[in-house]
Amino acid sequence: MKLSFSPADEQFRQEVAQWLNENLRGEFEKIRFRGGPGDEHMFQHEREQWEKVLAAGGWTCVGWPKEYGGRGCSIEQQVIFFEEYARAGGPGRVGHIGEGLAGPTIIAFGTEAQKQKYLPGIVAGTDLWCQGYSEPGAGSDLANVKTKARFDSEKNKWIINGQKVWTSLAHEAHYCFVIARTDPASSGHKGLGFFLVKMDQPGVTVRPIQQITGTSEFNEVFFDDAECDANDIVGAPGEGWKVAMGLLGFERGVSTLGQQMQFQNELDDVIALARRNGAATDPVIRQRIAKAHTELKIMRYNSLRMLSGQSGSDGSLQKEALIYKLYWATWHRELGELAIDVLGAEGQILEAAPYQLSRLQSMYLFVRSDTIYGGTNQIQRNIIAERGLGMPKEPRG
Amino acid sequence: MEFRFTDEQLMIRDTAQQFLAEVSTSEAIRAAMASEHGYDAQLWQQICQDLVWPALHIPEQYEGMGLGYVELVAMVEQMGRYLLCSPFFATVCLGVNSLLVAGTDAQKARWLPQLAAGKTATLAWCDGRAAARGGCWDASSISATATAEGDDFILEGEYRYVVDGASADVLILAARLAGSTGSQGVSLFVVPADTVGITRELLPALDQTRRQAALRLDKVRVSADALMAQPGQAATALQTILDLATVALAAEQMGGAQQCLDMAVAYTKERSQFGRSIASFQAIKHKAADMMLRAEVARSGVYYAACVAQEALEGGPLATELAEAASIAKSYCSDAYFKNAGECLQMHGGVGFTWEYDVHLHSKRAKASEHFLGTGAYHRERLAQHLLDQEAAE
Repeated sequence: MKLSFSPADEQFRQEVAQWLNENLRGEFEKIRFRGGPGDEHMFQHEREQWEKVLAAGGWTCVGWPKEYGGRGCSIEQQVIFFEEYARAGGPGRVGHIGEGLAGPTIIAFGTEAQKQKYLPGIVAGTDLWCQGYSEPGAGSDLANVKTKARFDSEKNKWIINGQKVWTSLAHEAHYCFVIARTDPASSGHKGLGFFLVKMDQPGVTVRPIQQITGTSEFNEVFFDDAECDANDIVGAPGEGWKVAMGLLGFERGVSTLGQQMQFQNELDDVIALARRNGAATDPVIRQRIAKAHTELKIMRYNSLRMLSGQSGSDGSLQKEALIYKLYWATWHRELGELAIDVLGAEGQILEAAPYQLSRLQSMYLFVRSDTIYGGTNQIQRNIIAERGLGMPKEPRG
Repeated sequence: MEFRFTDEQLMIRDTAQQFLAEVSTSEAIRAAMASEHGYDAQLWQQICQDLVWPALHIPEQYEGMGLGYVELVAMVEQMGRYLLCSPFFATVCLGVNSLLVAGTDAQKARWLPQLAAGKTATLAWCDGRAAARGGCWDASSISATATAEGDDFILEGEYRYVVDGASADVLILAARLAGSTGSQGVSLFVVPADTVGITRELLPALDQTRRQAALRLDKVRVSADALMAQPGQAATALQTILDLATVALAAEQMGGAQQCLDMAVAYTKERSQFGRSIASFQAIKHKAADMMLRAEVARSGVYYAACVAQEALEGGPLATELAEAASIAKSYCSDAYFKNAGECLQMHGGVGFTWEYDVHLHSKRAKASEHFLGTGAYHRERLAQHLLDQEAAE
């Protein structure tokens, strides 16, 4: 086992840190440490500008192959980039859905024409994406999507009808990747298609959802005869599920180390607060802070294991990767609870009416979503038990 | 950056796993529990002579194999998994580590080859106060005294919770200058267990897979060549020894947590109720998933701590992290093993409550290991002092 990075990688770390130090200042000073999960409604315009600055420096899509405009970074360099980005207080990325989900899917499953058409806008930081998966009747049971895609041969377009929900950043996005039923008689995983849909068209309506925080990052998206070019289906009709799930098995969690650096920033805030307001002398709070520290440290070691290991030849996740979502989501939720308890009674007082929250108050509320989106804790446990431990599936109703 | 076992380390782990699955069976564990010293002396000799496990991280100049702490931890994990009853932990994780950290060259040359070849050892430091206030396992729990008399030292006092203390051939003893407290005035000595004035009493224990003893020293005269490190200044060395042992104990606990998961999954797949395997019920699967999470997280914490421990022994840059890494690993693994053992028992239903099934052996070992060298809460408080009480603005 070797825990250190190579000298070349450490030099790369210097390079990243220096670039961030030189560029994340001036007009961007105010968006440092802002715009992450739970704070994504803030500074949209400034963060869009920042995305373009990042792109100009060659720091978007660092893990993508060079032939698609990426930086072609090794796993280690990607880890370093995300760590340094978070350490410097790099703002929440407006382009993360395109860079992390849409782009890699197109690279893996798309046609050459789709790559030419869509990848450059993601790399340039100008095209923002959202993900059209969940529906009112398709949450944990995602394969139950009802949104339909019908091919109109006169128009030579797919016509999409239906409703998506919990669509992050749909109100800012230029494109949405949508799973919809191409075979109306089908059910479950079969008969689905994966579509790249332009948001700015008459058939698409976005309605924000006001969340527990009072703010809106999530939306409902309605498709009423929305149109999608015949060339903008990824994979064949009927292969949508395979495309949608394809990347999950190969995800090795490179960006997770950056996420953890952000968690570390939050925990540092909680610790500093506890020292200031005296909560640090409470034996129960001390135990909880030490537990949060312990589990965050191990979260990093677990990610290093994930990154150093190899997925199974079938793309199946290693055990330490299978548990990761359940682990970090639960940890983060507990951090929120710890934060509000360290704040004490004062944590119940708002910064201002009508509902202006401090960062920690907002975090406390927002982390409740972590154990729900992207597969609830309950679904994660099913996956772990069935794929990790070979326990039988529950009979389906 | 390669945070995974090398092929050689994997081979060591797999060899240990296969051997222990064969020899540390339910029947063998029970025979060892009923034996005089709590382990099968013949098996121990086989482990020492044929497999040379105690020699693993002893340097080659002292007739060891010269491997590192990662290899040691990979092996100890398997011992915890198969509940091997043996003096390995006491001899190697306490005894060998004490000599490596605090021994003089002469002491290393005298004792390490003997320990590599099958002699047993242990470390005695705390008295009954280790049990006070939820646990106190550092130098402040030493009450035995060492008084210089000419070139000799006179040792007096009592020790408790001494692992394999009644059977060990060699004793490493911590004692303090009369009147000193805390980390002041601490010295370490290495002596043959049959030194005049040492009385050893086996303490019958809830966990029968590892023996504990109480020691009493009545005017024990030892010569200066038994003195390890600097007289009166051994508290730091002692803490390093305890932190190294803590990492190894955490590895055992992690192996145990994994075994409890494996036993629970195997049993629930087999056990049928309501016309189907109970492993198909979400109530069972979700427990198992949480157990796997704990086992995997424990593994990540332990392997990291093992790397740090290795650097602590060879003076690498991560050496300064030893106390923190040990506390992180021990606090997580203590809770993980005990919880997994409890869930394993629950998932076995009635048979989990019987003497016949092995579940209770893990449940008892889990609690014993949780307390020894400090509970989760003890180690979290140690971390909290570092995080919350220092004046330093980093």
